[in-house]
Amino acid sequence: MTSFLRPRPALTSLAWPLAALALLVLFNLLFTPGFFNIELRDARLFGTPIDILNHASKVAIVAVGMTLVIATGGVDLSVGAVVAIAGAIAAMLATRTQAPFPLVVLAALAAGGVAGLCNGVLVTRLRLQPIVATLVLMVAGRGVAQLITDGLIITFEHRELSSLANTSFALLPIPAWIAIALALATGLLTRRTAAGMFLEAVGDNDRACRYAGVNDRAIKLAAYAFCGGCAGLAGLVECSYIKAADANNAGLFLELDVILAVVIGGTSLSGGRFSISGSLAGAVLIQTLTKTMYMHDVSADVAPLPKAIAVLAVCVLQSPVVKDRVSAAFSRGRP
Amino acid sequence: MPRGNVVDDLVSEPSPLLRVSALSKRYGRVAALDAVDLDVSRASIHALMGENGAGKSTLIKCLTGAVSRDSGRFQLDGRDLDPTSPRDAEGAGISTVFQEINLIPHMSIAENITLGRESFRAGLIDRKAARRRAEGAIARLGLSIDVSREVSSCSIAIQQLVAIARALDVQARLLILDEPTSSLDRTETARLFETLRRLRDAGLAVLFVTHFLDQVYAVADQITVLRDAKHVATRATSAFPRLELVSAMLGRAILPSSTSVNAGPEQQSPSLATKPSTNPSQAVSSPSGSPPFTDGSSAAPPPESRPEPSPRPTRDLLSLRAVSLAGSIEHADLSIAPGEAVGLAGLLGSGRTELAKVIFGLDRADSGSMSLDGQPYSPRSPRDAIARGVALTPENRKADGIVPSLSVRENILLALQARLGVWRSLSTRRRRDIAADLIAKLGVKAASADAPIASLSGGNQQKALLARWLATDPKLLILDEPTRGIDVGAKQAIERLIASLISGGLGVLFISSELPEIVRTCTRACVLRDRRTVAEVAGPSLTEERVMEAIATHD
Repeated sequence: MTSFLRPRPALTSLAWPLAALALLVLFNLLFTPGFFNIELRDARLFGTPIDILNHASKVAIVAVGMTLVIATGGVDLSVGAVVAIAGAIAAMLATRTQAPFPLVVLAALAAGGVAGLCNGVLVTRLRLQPIVATLVLMVAGRGVAQLITDGLIITFEHRELSSLANTSFALLPIPAWIAIALALATGLLTRRTAAGMFLEAVGDNDRACRYAGVNDRAIKLAAYAFCGGCAGLAGLVECSYIKAADANNAGLFLELDVILAVVIGGTSLSGGRFSISGSLAGAVLIQTLTKTMYMHDVSADVAPLPKAIAVLAVCVLQSPVVKDRVSAAFSRGRP
Repeated sequence: MPRGNVVDDLVSEPSPLLRVSALSKRYGRVAALDAVDLDVSRASIHALMGENGAGKSTLIKCLTGAVSRDSGRFQLDGRDLDPTSPRDAEGAGISTVFQEINLIPHMSIAENITLGRESFRAGLIDRKAARRRAEGAIARLGLSIDVSREVSSCSIAIQQLVAIARALDVQARLLILDEPTSSLDRTETARLFETLRRLRDAGLAVLFVTHFLDQVYAVADQITVLRDAKHVATRATSAFPRLELVSAMLGRAILPSSTSVNAGPEQQSPSLATKPSTNPSQAVSSPSGSPPFTDGSSAAPPPESRPEPSPRPTRDLLSLRAVSLAGSIEHADLSIAPGEAVGLAGLLGSGRTELAKVIFGLDRADSGSMSLDGQPYSPRSPRDAIARGVALTPENRKADGIVPSLSVRENILLALQARLGVWRSLSTRRRRDIAADLIAKLGVKAASADAPIASLSGGNQQKALLARWLATDPKLLILDEPTRGIDVGAKQAIERLIASLISGGLGVLFISSELPEIVRTCTRACVLRDRRTVAEVAGPSLTEERVMEAIATHD
């Protein structure tokens, strides 16, 4: 556990989101009555912080995959649509067939993986810009989901599928455990193998990687496929939570929250160094921010504004111009 | 530098169209132009020549106002000129066609020619007038093309001519062409030259940047050579023999010798500003294997570092037969034995890097055959080449070599790990040991192995890249300009390293524009000219002179 947790980059990227989270929690402690009221019912915890974790899990699960894609210098806008597709497939299998639960899970994951693979092929083989390549599926994906559900909202009473997101284990909701396990597994996978170094190298300078014999296309392809798989998992969680598959609204605008979580977590949109723990912290931060606004009666129409301001602040802090100015100001301050 | 310092051959001429005096420009600590003077006469084609880093493109950027100069003076027709942007320069009569053609592909020729200078009628673009104007501009070049054609449907040569037509549409008095022929084939080039001559005869001055010798002699009236940010010579083409031109570009001395070197008028020689340390008397007496010329910029290493010309081993490590690739290599023959360093010499654009790319699998040859270790060899990617034991340090260290924000250690381990694959990750300890070992062996100076490689100096980055390949234990190492932009100490260290590598049985292909380096490091040199291998110089006859002659020979 020591070698893959490289302290230096991880610490610096975690510092910002954790500090912001602490500020937000402090604000809620002072100004949001009942924010920390947690009660135990039927061996499950209820309360605002638990709600936040539950919702943040969905963002976090996708953010783990998105972190790898962004590390390669790409982006995946289609994750929201892939959530809808995976949810639709899971719901259809659960209601229309006798498929065992593991098969339902596998089908959702596979659908996500295939969708990610399509994105990856567009990016690596056809050399489309990632933002354009994944925009295709972002738009088309909901259509695919509609085709699967025949334009209906599929509700289900499948025992295992509906309990997935609505049960707790050791006080935490299952989705939170899924997110934590996924992040740990991905951390191990990338840092214990050479995948992490290749992802960062490809995102930093893919030409130099090709010259060094790194199969940069395979690395990118794998990142997109993995991200798609994560979106499939999130789709499963989402449809389990509402016990229905809604092709129109499942995962709607999820991609924005996810990208924001990754960027807040310290992974630069231009690729290179990445931090999975940072993305987790970013996901919790965003959900806390959203929840805080709801609790202070900020209407849903206005709610995106503070998020936009957060994005702006992060991007400004990451811009090389600002970084140079800041470091110049610091060095001038020194004797 | 005071202005009177440079004695120009053109002083007698009445007054030039363009006079550049004492132009200087620095980027950080590096001088890109150091008190450069240049006169361009009316109705002439003036070639601007020089190797990489000579300052050609900076000169043009200053002239067109794309970058601001630090000091110096421009006069166009006797009037001071201070362009602040390319558009501003255009207004003053200086039009430029850059290497990458800046046309809008999906617009018509007429629209491209008049873009940004449209005539209006009742507030709307007057298409008829635009068409007439474009037709006039095209006719001026002696062409007849339908100006309503989309630019993207035309050949590169026509696009180039359209770009020139656009440049001339603003009543240009000086036309600057930045390497206009690099993407043209022979007939297209001939067509372009015909147009240039016609324009010159009509009174236009043309400043023509190129590095192709044959083209300069085919079309230019005057030649100016820049080297290392300084003006070296300006002469009429007829008074500038090839060998002297090559020498001026490479910064080496010309010596009277038994060959046809003496073609140039002897009294012209002083205008060839060669390195001050060049000492003819010392150089003449060089029948031994020691370097005949000393390079003022790099201290000569001890004589024993020059490898002994050993008898050629019978088995070739790499051999190339009649390799060609359209647009980059016309014909290349080459062989390298294990334990041998072969130099690849030639001017910029002669096909050195292109040949290296074919050997390393970055480009695939159209025809010809290659073999490695006696087995057929046709790599489809660098990965193929690396799997066969071939390594390359690229010419462009920044774009193709380093992974800037990764640590020195990760950069060193990248190729080895790529060869092992994703799953067979080296343990942390092994990584530390391998990197530390190579860092020590090559003398890479870094704050720590964890420091980002971008924080290192150029020389240390280059050493780290060499370390990257040594970690994979290659059989053949291709070094493309390994010493460009690095300090003298690092240059020597790299030369020493090459010597020790070849004594260990490695084959090295050493590409360099610094002839002394090739002479010191290699036992054999292959000369490329106009994308063909034209000569091989080996053994005791491997001297700078011989290599230069081979580069300059005209057939």
